[in-house]
Amino acid sequence: MSDYGAIVQKLRDSFGTRKTRPAEFRISQLNSIVKLLRENEGAIVEALERDLRKPKFETMISEISMAINEANYAINHLASWMKPEHVEKSLVMKFDECFIRKEPLGVVLIIGAWNYPVQLVLVPLIGAIAAGNCAVVKPSELSDSTSSLLTELLPKYLDQSCFSVVCGGAKETTELLEQRFDHIFYTGGVSVARSVMRAASCHLTPVTLELGGKSPALVEGSCDVTATARRLVWARFFNAGQSCVAPDYVLCSPETRRLLLPALRDCITQLYGTEPRESRDFGRIINQRHFERIRDLLSNSQGRVEIGGETEEGERYIAPTVLVDVSESDPVMQEEIFGPVLPILTVESLEEAINFINRREKPLALYLYTGDSKVVTKVMECTSSGGFCSNDGLVHMTVITLPFGGVGSSGVGRYHGRFSFDTFSHQRSCVLRGFGLEWANQLRYPPYSEQKLERLLQATQERKWSCTLL
Amino acid sequence: MSMEKQAVERARTAFLTRRSRPLEFRAQQLKALQRMITEKERDIAAALKLDLNKNEFQTPLYELVGLESEIQLALEKLPEWAAPRTAEKTLLTISDEVYVQPEPLGVVLIIGAWNYPFALVIQPLIGAIAAGNAAVIKPSEVSEHTARLLGELLPQYIDKDLYPVVNGGVPETQELLRQRFDHVFYTGNCAVGKLVMEAASRHLTPVTLELGGKSPCYIDKDCDLSIVCRRITWGKYMNCGQTCIAPDYVLCDQSIQSRVVEEIKKALKEFYGDDLKTSPDYGRMINQRHFKRVTALLEGETVALGGESDEADCFIAPTVLTGVTGSSKVMQEEIFGPVLPLVSVGSVDEAIRFINQREKPLALYVFSYDSKLIKRMIAETSSGGVTANDVLLHYSISALPFGGVGNSGMGSYHGKHSFDRLSHLRSCLIKSLNMEAVNKVRYPPHSAKKLSWARFFILKRVRLGTLGRLALLAAFVALAALVAQRFL
Repeated sequence: MSDYGAIVQKLRDSFGTRKTRPAEFRISQLNSIVKLLRENEGAIVEALERDLRKPKFETMISEISMAINEANYAINHLASWMKPEHVEKSLVMKFDECFIRKEPLGVVLIIGAWNYPVQLVLVPLIGAIAAGNCAVVKPSELSDSTSSLLTELLPKYLDQSCFSVVCGGAKETTELLEQRFDHIFYTGGVSVARSVMRAASCHLTPVTLELGGKSPALVEGSCDVTATARRLVWARFFNAGQSCVAPDYVLCSPETRRLLLPALRDCITQLYGTEPRESRDFGRIINQRHFERIRDLLSNSQGRVEIGGETEEGERYIAPTVLVDVSESDPVMQEEIFGPVLPILTVESLEEAINFINRREKPLALYLYTGDSKVVTKVMECTSSGGFCSNDGLVHMTVITLPFGGVGSSGVGRYHGRFSFDTFSHQRSCVLRGFGLEWANQLRYPPYSEQKLERLLQATQERKWSCTLL
Repeated sequence: MSMEKQAVERARTAFLTRRSRPLEFRAQQLKALQRMITEKERDIAAALKLDLNKNEFQTPLYELVGLESEIQLALEKLPEWAAPRTAEKTLLTISDEVYVQPEPLGVVLIIGAWNYPFALVIQPLIGAIAAGNAAVIKPSEVSEHTARLLGELLPQYIDKDLYPVVNGGVPETQELLRQRFDHVFYTGNCAVGKLVMEAASRHLTPVTLELGGKSPCYIDKDCDLSIVCRRITWGKYMNCGQTCIAPDYVLCDQSIQSRVVEEIKKALKEFYGDDLKTSPDYGRMINQRHFKRVTALLEGETVALGGESDEADCFIAPTVLTGVTGSSKVMQEEIFGPVLPLVSVGSVDEAIRFINQREKPLALYVFSYDSKLIKRMIAETSSGGVTANDVLLHYSISALPFGGVGNSGMGSYHGKHSFDRLSHLRSCLIKSLNMEAVNKVRYPPHSAKKLSWARFFILKRVRLGTLGRLALLAAFVALAALVAQRFL
């Protein structure tokens, strides 16, 4: 019936030949990904411009460089990641080898998203390859220029017997999910994530779900308002607000708001000029549906447009916009905005802000702008989120040594750097014994007795003072 | 509101008071669990005897000792496990704090199994408590005496709002699974595992599934069979074969099969005496249903040893079958009983092929003097865990993560792995609002020059000690100021 069964079977057969296991193979494929990115930089920039009018700068930093960095990091560390990890042993196990082997899972499925269509497909793929798996990649159909480009390029650079690209929309994805995989890595929204996890449960397939949510930005009174405004503006309007970790809304006191608004206005002008529509550095909304969705959020909002608010349907342009006098029940507060609109809600105290955040689903990111380290500690301890960043936005996801992922409805699992390798690996515990010391084993065999038990307990229990030289 | 829903809501309300967070509280609860195990050992042993005919020495050995050492380990290591874990920084974050902060998830659901009914509930609970969570505990109703005892004892020792015990059968479990949890930890079989994961998917709740499968045991031709068979006999017939990591079946050359049977017979006599049925050390099947299931697997098979059974007593003698093939009925499901099929294979290659044709098991066992053969068998197969030249042992080392892969499960626990599994490891980047000059590279309006600098600063990684970092920081600040002034 469908080709998908045949595709997965082909990959499974390749995996069975063990060709993806040697480090040399994995490194060669990772190098090919670097080559793909370097040799097709122009084409990728163009494709992202067509899909999202993504500025070249953003493409280079957040798509191409990020993926190249991940590939190089994996290449540099692969040997140490692949090495078995020897563990601490008790006295009675001293002559045994006890270690954790890192093994590939088999055939994994990677479902990409449209907002960072290159990064969100290649970075998980890099992890899957580094861990020794075969993979089916399903780029998002919404970013169709970029996805078509990836569909064309990936088979040219990677071993086609081990890595396949599948295109299509919801129907094709549903069909694909009927196949059995050894791990499914999904980036996207909550409702599709539920179907992905449900489909995975039929085969007992583990999943990683990189979702989103409304990431709050608390702006506390002791912060440097100008620097805060600039970082907020950059983080919020990068990729025209279409980032899963963009600050979604601001919480601050009325006094802070009074200072923040002119600073925001200035920064928007500094970064995008007086006519952001003419700035080459400001993106567009991915498609008509999302454009209308965000435009409707603006028009249905009971708040007031303080900055921006202009839209242009033909271009799918929405100006960098700041909304004020927004209440908790406002339509704009009921869903992740995923667009260049920043509502500002006022609260009377830090406690009120914390309670506000805790009444809602756990977000993917939580931002706090403050000069007071005690405030940082308090907010961190009293809230939960996938990641936390103080005094900036977005950048915590570029630190390759930090795991990136959500919690609660913002996601399950994590990746980036070594965590990608771990996500796509099975950690297999191994104990290798010899045939000697059978007399020691006698203690554990029936017939059981009080004396045997006591002696066995003495021998097996961890002793605090045992000599490590043994 | 159903009783199950009430218990979950009470646990959540209790969690939201934040009292499970301070390390002192967690330590106090763990110590209370320890006291419970020490003070109530007799009651626990009595319940386990009624459920599975486990005797007074098996209980401490196989259920309680492991738990006590897990509690000790958690008490000793909790400050270290719960502390922020620093991460290496990039050049751009050199003056920032970069770390991962472990946090509790919230309310965890722990669904226990009936074969080690005490341990398989308490061990995950230790992890849940250590990580600062609340936990709803649902013991298996099949091991009814232990379930009832847990319902009585736990509230006497640990916080009964944070850690409620919910007893009941399938409808109660289904009602529990309709509630929203922050993690669901299930030990049991694949079929129910799928339902648990499906229920969890409605709330996007992460799961740990400790399942099972047919754990193969390969015996190489040139081995000291008396030692090999003694070890296998111990692991196979313990708890009447009802152990998720028991060697399920043996793969070996036809020529050694009759010796294997002989040696198992000798070991059985050593362990359980001449009249096995009266040995206080030999267990019973959990109930009639499983008794019938396992005895049915013997139909049509060649019984080389054992085969006797007594339905009224749920007794099945330690049994060995020969002439078993891949398509035999006994090879289609996890036996979970005291029946050991011997399957002939002509070579290691054939054994590896046989294993790889089937679902990934929870454990794999290989007996050989040849360490190259052992390494090969491990390298060319997959399983949750491996013990070579013995059985079960990888379970007992807390530094080794215990869990399955594929059909044998997802996620792992024991020791620190329990703590990590039941925590949210939250990435934290603590920046200051100065050093804005450095950030200038990333702001629009963009230029090609800015782009090259941005790539250099944002993406370079640094590995240095504190002194090196300070020196580099000074140089970096100077450089950043220069760049900002001249180029941006």
